[in-house]
Amino acid sequence: MNVTDLFTLLPLLILGGAAIVVMIVVAIHRSHILTLTLTLIGLALAFASLWWIAPEAPRQVTSLLVIDRYAIFYTGLVIAATFAVALLCYGYFERHPGNPEELYILLLLAALGSAVLVASSHFISFFLGLEILSVSLYAMNAYIRAWSLPLEAGIKYLILAASSAAFLLFGMALVYAELGTMDFAKIRELVTASPDLNRAVLLAGTALIITGFGFKLALVPFHLWTPDIYEGAPAPVTAFVATVSKGAMFALLLRYFYWSGTHHFGAVFLVFTIIAIASMIAGNILAMLQTNVKRILAYSSIAHMGYVLVAFQAGGQLAVQAVTFYLVAYFITIIGAFGVITMISDGDRDADSIEDYRGLFWRRPALAAVFTAMLLSLAGIPVTAGFVGKFYVISAGASSAIWLLVFVLIVTSVFGLYYYLRILVALYSGLAHEEAHAASGAAMVSSSSLAPALSISGGVVLAVLTILLVWVGVYPATLLNIIHSTVGLL
Amino acid sequence: MILLWLIVIPLIAGVLAWFAGRWSALAARWISLIAASVDFVLGLILWSRYGSELHLAPTHGWVEQVSWIWVPQFGIRFHLALDGLSLLLLMLTFLLGIISVLASWREIQDGVGFFHLNLMWILAGIVGVFLAVDLFLFYFAWELMLVPMYFLIAVWGHENRIYAAIKFFIFTQLSGLLMLIAILSLYFIHHHLTGVYTFEYDDLLGTHLSPHTALLLMLGFFVAFAVKLPMFPFHTWLPDAHTEAPTAGSIILAGLLLKTGAYGMLRFVLPLFPDAARQFAPIAMILAVIGIIYGALLAFGQTDLKRLVAYTSVSHLGFVLLGIFAWNTWALDGALMGMIAHGISTGALFMIVGQLQERTHTREMDRLSGLWATIPRMSGAALFFAMGSMGLPGLGDFIGEFLVLLGTYEAHLIGLTIVAALGVLASTLYALRFIQRAFHGANSNQWSVQDLVPREVVALIPMIVVLIWLGVYPQPIFNTFNSTLTKLQQYTVRPVQNSQGPSIMSLLPLRGDRP
Repeated sequence: MNVTDLFTLLPLLILGGAAIVVMIVVAIHRSHILTLTLTLIGLALAFASLWWIAPEAPRQVTSLLVIDRYAIFYTGLVIAATFAVALLCYGYFERHPGNPEELYILLLLAALGSAVLVASSHFISFFLGLEILSVSLYAMNAYIRAWSLPLEAGIKYLILAASSAAFLLFGMALVYAELGTMDFAKIRELVTASPDLNRAVLLAGTALIITGFGFKLALVPFHLWTPDIYEGAPAPVTAFVATVSKGAMFALLLRYFYWSGTHHFGAVFLVFTIIAIASMIAGNILAMLQTNVKRILAYSSIAHMGYVLVAFQAGGQLAVQAVTFYLVAYFITIIGAFGVITMISDGDRDADSIEDYRGLFWRRPALAAVFTAMLLSLAGIPVTAGFVGKFYVISAGASSAIWLLVFVLIVTSVFGLYYYLRILVALYSGLAHEEAHAASGAAMVSSSSLAPALSISGGVVLAVLTILLVWVGVYPATLLNIIHSTVGLL
Repeated sequence: MILLWLIVIPLIAGVLAWFAGRWSALAARWISLIAASVDFVLGLILWSRYGSELHLAPTHGWVEQVSWIWVPQFGIRFHLALDGLSLLLLMLTFLLGIISVLASWREIQDGVGFFHLNLMWILAGIVGVFLAVDLFLFYFAWELMLVPMYFLIAVWGHENRIYAAIKFFIFTQLSGLLMLIAILSLYFIHHHLTGVYTFEYDDLLGTHLSPHTALLLMLGFFVAFAVKLPMFPFHTWLPDAHTEAPTAGSIILAGLLLKTGAYGMLRFVLPLFPDAARQFAPIAMILAVIGIIYGALLAFGQTDLKRLVAYTSVSHLGFVLLGIFAWNTWALDGALMGMIAHGISTGALFMIVGQLQERTHTREMDRLSGLWATIPRMSGAALFFAMGSMGLPGLGDFIGEFLVLLGTYEAHLIGLTIVAALGVLASTLYALRFIQRAFHGANSNQWSVQDLVPREVVALIPMIVVLIWLGVYPQPIFNTFNSTLTKLQQYTVRPVQNSQGPSIMSLLPLRGDRP
């Protein structure tokens, strides 16, 4: 470890330092806006430092972390998403009684954990990053202690994440017992060099590692926590869980399985195929049965992770780029969607019933238009980033001729349309000529209708995200160039 | 550049209408009307500029192009190009665009700005579909026109609108995705053979495919267009969507969206996969004939006027499909004429039914009788377009159906021709029943409603004029189509072998100076 090594870790150091600074400042003087400002400055500095360290890439820093362009790209994505979530949190927690300041410490730590994950090339850093992320998320999920749902979400996440971490550790131990190394690249060397290794133990270890990944990514059959956490956690925290936590994990999934060469095992490929198909089918069908918007998005996220797995299964350069593109589009879309939910939630409860969205377009056209754009992006309709993402994933699948997965993707994504359209229908219903029909229902709803005070920070975030969504959807060449020149080198 | 403007003008007008609609509904209507009219005038300018060029045999095919690099990483270009086929369908698009703005003038009173945003964006999407010659761009536009159509049905539709809107969206989306797979496969196969990544229509033509692959890819395209067309048995979304949509939505659905399916067959299915299409032609033609008869019989059985008109579309588009797969000059000319005439006569019928509903608040035939006494002008117009729909000589639909039957006969498909001709007979049944039940008889319900107002007359007269023009002097249409037709036939060996024997056509003056 020398100075240059330390220098290349600058983004991680800044994130960690920012968490400490925020913690000390909160201890001295409680101020929501000050805390937010410090958090944003920390994130912005960490983001800026990515440009300083870029010339050093790729660089192996100890055997634990590798700072290559792939890691830099994903760290940037994580930091940018955290930045947006922090802004959304400000408007949301401003409306809540209690102390919101500590949330930002947790947010910074979670970002740090994710950044470690995307840069890790070793089981130890993998596990450390995962735990930094998970422990922060336990507390973030349960941050609003006055409500029962967030507490339930926090406890559930704690128990399930801890047990899945145990599986993951056991899997790592088995692989280590078999191969004697925890370094991804060395695993590949050993696997290719000596094909007579005891594959059963190696496969068992890999299977347990897949369990760990599957839990974090909420893939079927490890998805059971998802709807409850999505529903229970405060809306901006859900946005974080849905994007940063999953995105970082997927980045690591790609690195681990491609670097270690275990993706080429027939059994591993088969398992991922089954998981992808099950996730796409179960996610989409279960989402059709929901009436709660956050639960719909939870199940749809299961399906979307299944779509990304299709690209992952395709293998090769195109797959890495397709996955990355899809994840970027997904980040923009999901933060936007939860941003809208955040904006129209008030201090009493989150806006999660479809009823809360009925006729939103006629009351708040801009918010409804943003939500429409996000939902259409999730459904993969043109002019949105989601369309190009879906196109990219399907082309990755088609180029590798994994037809079964591609067809399941197509058929299930059509089911998916149904529930996105249901939310859309609600957004645009309630025109004057149907008021007569709905009058009886409206009286019932009005007793619990929300009265949110819209926050400026949230509005800015949503505006920026919508512009990005359309820009990527209409002119994807810019993002493709960036992705091509960075993650193309995994 | 003029092609780009054709798309950009409605897009911008839609946004303007949305904003304007918040202050004044009237402003939104006028902005949309002006935008559609400007596009119509631009279309006329293009037609007068290239009319003679299109009449001659093609040199390269496209008379006007816009081509920019869009996504270089994938070889996607923003490439619009115009030939006779797209020009004619564009003219139809703009005409029906104007009509649908007029048709919703009084019907739509809520959310006027947003309504016109959707209306204009559908038009932009349809123009994109007719002009795109990059397959990615085509798919982009193809999907894009769904969303505003969905909103049109789901927000301003009738009682059962949400079911209809979702069904419409899901049917077209699923079939569209199958086409996307076919497009991507073609793209990768072409890259594999030539090392070039491209979605260009002209480059992908003639890609060498094994018969098996070609058949699969052809089916991918075919299903997408067959659902839109709609071909039996993929037609089930249509009666729901047409019936529940507001008048403007029904006009655009029947007049334009169905035509994108027929256009796709003509432009993509047969030229890209000529051998597979020839192999598949018998099945397609049999399904087309089933659609003709089935649509006509179901139309005869309806009591809801909009549903009746909707089922006639299944029947008429069956003729178009039959003509396309017969693939000789007469059949293709007939299919094109069928598309245009159907767009106008069915659009007009939907408009009249919409006006009836606006006045009487019902579409049930049983409750409407003896209307002629109270609204003679509207009844007369309805009779005129019903006659058009049943194929009365002298009106456009007749030319289309006649040429399709002739072309099918020429292709030695006498059995199919006979059955299809029975469809013309069946159309008499539903058309006459429609007139008798709704307009003739005693005015037992004491209807007393307003006859056509000047705005409605202004909308209907051009359609009457065009339909008569198509019926008595269709030659300009065929002339404009000529170069495209020659080009299309060069790409393909005829799917159904055509005999070169003596033909009754040589005796008819219809052919004009065509070879």
